[in-house]
Amino acid sequence: MDKKILLAHGSGGSLSHSLIDKVFLKNFDNPFLSEKDDGAIVEIGGTRLAFTTDSYVVKPIFFPGGDIGKLSVFGTVNDLAVMGAEPLYISCGFIIEEGLDQRVLEEIALSMTQAAQIAGVLLVTGDTKVVEKGGADRIYINTSGVGIVKKDLSVKGIETGDRIILSGSVGEHEVSVLLAREEFPFRSRVTSDLAPLNQLASDILEVDGVKFMRDPTRGGLATTLNEIAEGIGLGIVVYEDKIGVSDGVAAVCELIGLDPLYLANEGKMVVVAKRDCTGEVLKIMKGNPLGKESEIIGEVAAELNGRVCLRTKIGGTRILDMLAGEQLPRIC
Amino acid sequence: MKYIDEFRDRNLCLCLIKKMESIMGDSEVTIMEVCGTHTMSIFRSGIRSLLPQSIRLLSGPGCPVCVTPAAYLDHAIALSETEDLIIATFGDMMRVPGSISSLETKRAAGKKIAVVYSPLDALNIARNNPDKKVVFLAVGFETTSPSVAVTAIEAKKMGISNLYFLSAHKRIPPALRLLAEDSELKVDGFILPGHVSTIIGVNTYLFLAEGYGIPSVICGFEPLDILQGICMILYQLKERRAAVEIQYRRVVKNDGNPGAMALLNKVFIEKDSEWRGLGTIANSGYAMGEEYKELDAGEVFRLKERPSVENEGCICGEILKGRKVPNQCPHFGGNCTPYSPLGPCMVSSEGSCAAYYKYG
Repeated sequence: MDKKILLAHGSGGSLSHSLIDKVFLKNFDNPFLSEKDDGAIVEIGGTRLAFTTDSYVVKPIFFPGGDIGKLSVFGTVNDLAVMGAEPLYISCGFIIEEGLDQRVLEEIALSMTQAAQIAGVLLVTGDTKVVEKGGADRIYINTSGVGIVKKDLSVKGIETGDRIILSGSVGEHEVSVLLAREEFPFRSRVTSDLAPLNQLASDILEVDGVKFMRDPTRGGLATTLNEIAEGIGLGIVVYEDKIGVSDGVAAVCELIGLDPLYLANEGKMVVVAKRDCTGEVLKIMKGNPLGKESEIIGEVAAELNGRVCLRTKIGGTRILDMLAGEQLPRIC
Repeated sequence: MKYIDEFRDRNLCLCLIKKMESIMGDSEVTIMEVCGTHTMSIFRSGIRSLLPQSIRLLSGPGCPVCVTPAAYLDHAIALSETEDLIIATFGDMMRVPGSISSLETKRAAGKKIAVVYSPLDALNIARNNPDKKVVFLAVGFETTSPSVAVTAIEAKKMGISNLYFLSAHKRIPPALRLLAEDSELKVDGFILPGHVSTIIGVNTYLFLAEGYGIPSVICGFEPLDILQGICMILYQLKERRAAVEIQYRRVVKNDGNPGAMALLNKVFIEKDSEWRGLGTIANSGYAMGEEYKELDAGEVFRLKERPSVENEGCICGEILKGRKVPNQCPHFGGNCTPYSPLGPCMVSSEGSCAAYYKYG
């Protein structure tokens, strides 16, 4: 077989992980990167900073509940927030296809400004490149962000018996974007869950037993759980009936054969906390509008060796693996 | 969700499991689910982990992607090299290995390959690109083929002259007959495909019970459907009788869907067809009929018969026949994974090997 980069290499699943391991980790090898986190914690002049970057290539650029601009700000804010940091400054790089309507760019810029205000961050530097028609798909945005670390979070402190908490239902973002592409002959009222998680994260950090947070974006909840399980070498057991899936998302998944546990989210958070402080964390999360549907969805188990096991609604069990590539709708 | 959650009721599922234990006694039973969607549902809901250990479920040849031979993919890949030609395909086909490449790698190399969700999407691509030829990869069983027939009829009616179909459509009953005739087959009952049966009805399966004495039940796809279907097979075995029964009564009618069958017969003719892993089975495929020859990509692009190249040691055929389970394959989980599949069973999300790999 030819060795080419495939779309599936960007899906966030195990093909993406293998690409990162075999190309980037191998070449850029350093202690920060080998943490394999969504960002790095660096120390400058005695201050611990969280530093992250992400690129946004969403299609279409406007979708129910958001747009590429808002996504690029909140996405980076969330990456910093779940690292235990207070997001402060964001950079934005634009790659624009020639021919893009300037009004569209203005609309995106306005959306980014509003998003930055809501999240309490400043867009402090940027870059613009224009490529020839066909060289990009309308517009791509890269954002990087820095924030001050308020609390060190790491998978390393996670141990058997810790609880896994999820801040709400899964799959809304990916389904809303999928349907906005108008490739399916049906409509749904699903709106993206796009939201800034920094306030919610900051509130949760007040609790002593909080060990780890992650926003389950590309690859969805299943991928995030696998990353955690792999990182700690322990297993994770999750309960299907505790994982919220809205009717709209469930209906689309049933129709085209997708698993909601692998769908991207942009306003959800997975928290790992010590068992005896779970109640307190849950109370704080439910007190925030972005976490009012929070549930304990599972726990860390000594057995299973870095794998994730799902207890299904009917009481059966199955391994919840990382996806190979992108999820593909089934033929029949 | 209404009409979904009702079929995933935990207590009712446990009742059915208890019932199985009481029917079974000490006997051991092997049941084959023929349809890929059943395989997926069984794994997804963790049914295997709930069943009494004396019930063994095997996955049969019911994944349309799995049984599409490498030679067909080689034709599609060769066509993708043609200038001004767009291949339109269901997403599942992208990763299926041909002899030396796949559509996914061809797309990465810049070939025009569009993923569609319905054959009618291919019709729209053809309409919107009148200066290009569009070839739709027509795969699937009797569930999918009627929608392809409708698309061909529409294309002709609309005078669209740049849409062609490369048919690898398969018919389930001949494959079941091949299995039933296999003296080494150790299957006590069949879970028959629900969706296919909505089209073809019940009569085409009667030979399983009448000719070969194998209890068979047409099942729906929810956990309760499947568990009830297994119970119905166990009852037949206990009562030492063999029949073709319908568990999926809310959808499947005895005579199927005569309208859909009429469409199939209008556009297609039955022909011998090669199944990956199973070889050529008489009258098990659908080719474009005389009236639709001008839409037949094989005819128009003069594609010649190609020998299929299978990977050495790959036991997909044995798996599709239910003689072996995926982890008995020397390649399984080693050099054959969903990331780099060697055989078709690992390629499709419905494939037995992919399901074993993914759900353990």
